[in-house]
Amino acid sequence: MLEKMSKMIAEQLNCDASEITSETSFKDDLGADSLDLFELVMALEDEYNIEIPAEELTDLTTVGAVIDYLKNKGVEA
Amino acid sequence: MLENKVALITGAGRGIGRAIAVALAKEGAQVIINYNGSEKKALEVKQLIEEQGGKAVTCQCDVSDFTACEKMIRDVVAEFGHLDILVNNAGITRDGLIMKMKEEDFDAVLNINLKGTFNTIRHSARQMLKQRSGKIINISSVSGILGNPGQANYAASKAGVIGLTKTMARELGSRGITVNAIAPGFVDTEMTEVLGDSVKEAACRQIILGRFGKPEDIANTAVFLASEKADYITGQVISVDGGMNV
Repeated sequence: MLEKMSKMIAEQLNCDASEITSETSFKDDLGADSLDLFELVMALEDEYNIEIPAEELTDLTTVGAVIDYLKNKGVEA
Repeated sequence: MLENKVALITGAGRGIGRAIAVALAKEGAQVIINYNGSEKKALEVKQLIEEQGGKAVTCQCDVSDFTACEKMIRDVVAEFGHLDILVNNAGITRDGLIMKMKEEDFDAVLNINLKGTFNTIRHSARQMLKQRSGKIINISSVSGILGNPGQANYAASKAGVIGLTKTMARELGSRGITVNAIAPGFVDTEMTEVLGDSVKEAACRQIILGRFGKPEDIANTAVFLASEKADYITGQVISVDGGMNV
C-alpha cells in the first residue's frame, strides 16, 4: 500500500516518490499546506470510493497515519 | 470569448441574473439558468438565449438549501463534465427600519443572499480545485459598502458577500480560481421598481451619472470577470454604480 500511496502523494504534491516512507510528515517533510492535504484526500476518496469526514483529517499528519486510517476503513492495498 | 465554458447563474430568471445569463451565452458559454420560484421566467430566458444561437438549460433550486445546492452542482458536473463560471446572483430584499424589521425578514435575506452564496461555492470548490481553474463572481451591492437606511438585512448580507469573496479568493487562488464581487448601485429591475418616485429621485442625487443603471451594465462587467482578460484579478469588489461609491 505504501508504494501506491507514495505514487499518489508524489503526483499530488510534486515530490519524489522514492523519498516517501510511512514516517513522512506531509507538512514538515513535504511542505504540504492544508489545501494540498485536502486535494490529496479528494484523490484518495476518488481512488478508493470512500468518504473521509473533515473532522478526521487533523489526525492524518503522516503517510503511515493515512495508510492505517484506510486499513481501518477496510481499504485493501 | 467563452466558448466551451460552462456557466451557472443563480437567480437568472429576471433582472441582473437574466442579463448576465444572456451576455455569457452570447460569448459562447453553455449557460445554466437557475431559478427558484418562476419556471416560466426561466424558460423565457432559455428561449431568448436559444433564439440568439446560444446554449442554455434551466435548473430549479432554492440556493438557501444546502443539500439542494449540492445536488444542483453535482447534476451540472455530471451533465457537462465541468463548471467554469459560477455567478452568485440570487438575492431578495425585505426592507424596513430596524425597529420594525421582523426576525424572519432578516433571516430570509441572509439565507438567500449570503448563505446561498456560501452554499454554491461550498459545493463547486471541489470541482474547480480539480480543474485548477474557475471564475466565481458574487453579486454584492453598494448597500453592502456604504450601508443604506431600511436595509439592515440586505446591507449586512451584501457586506457578508464581500468578506466571503475575499476569503475565497485567498483560499482558492493558488489553484487558479479567481473570486470577485460586483457591487451594483441602483439598477432598473423588478427589485427597484417597487421604490417610490421620491426614493428614486433621492437615489439619483447620490449617483454621479445621475441615472439608474441597466442590468446590461452589470452583465458587461460579469462577462469581463468571467473571461481570460480578468485572469489576474481576484478578491476585488468592482463597483458598477454610476459613481455612488466615490
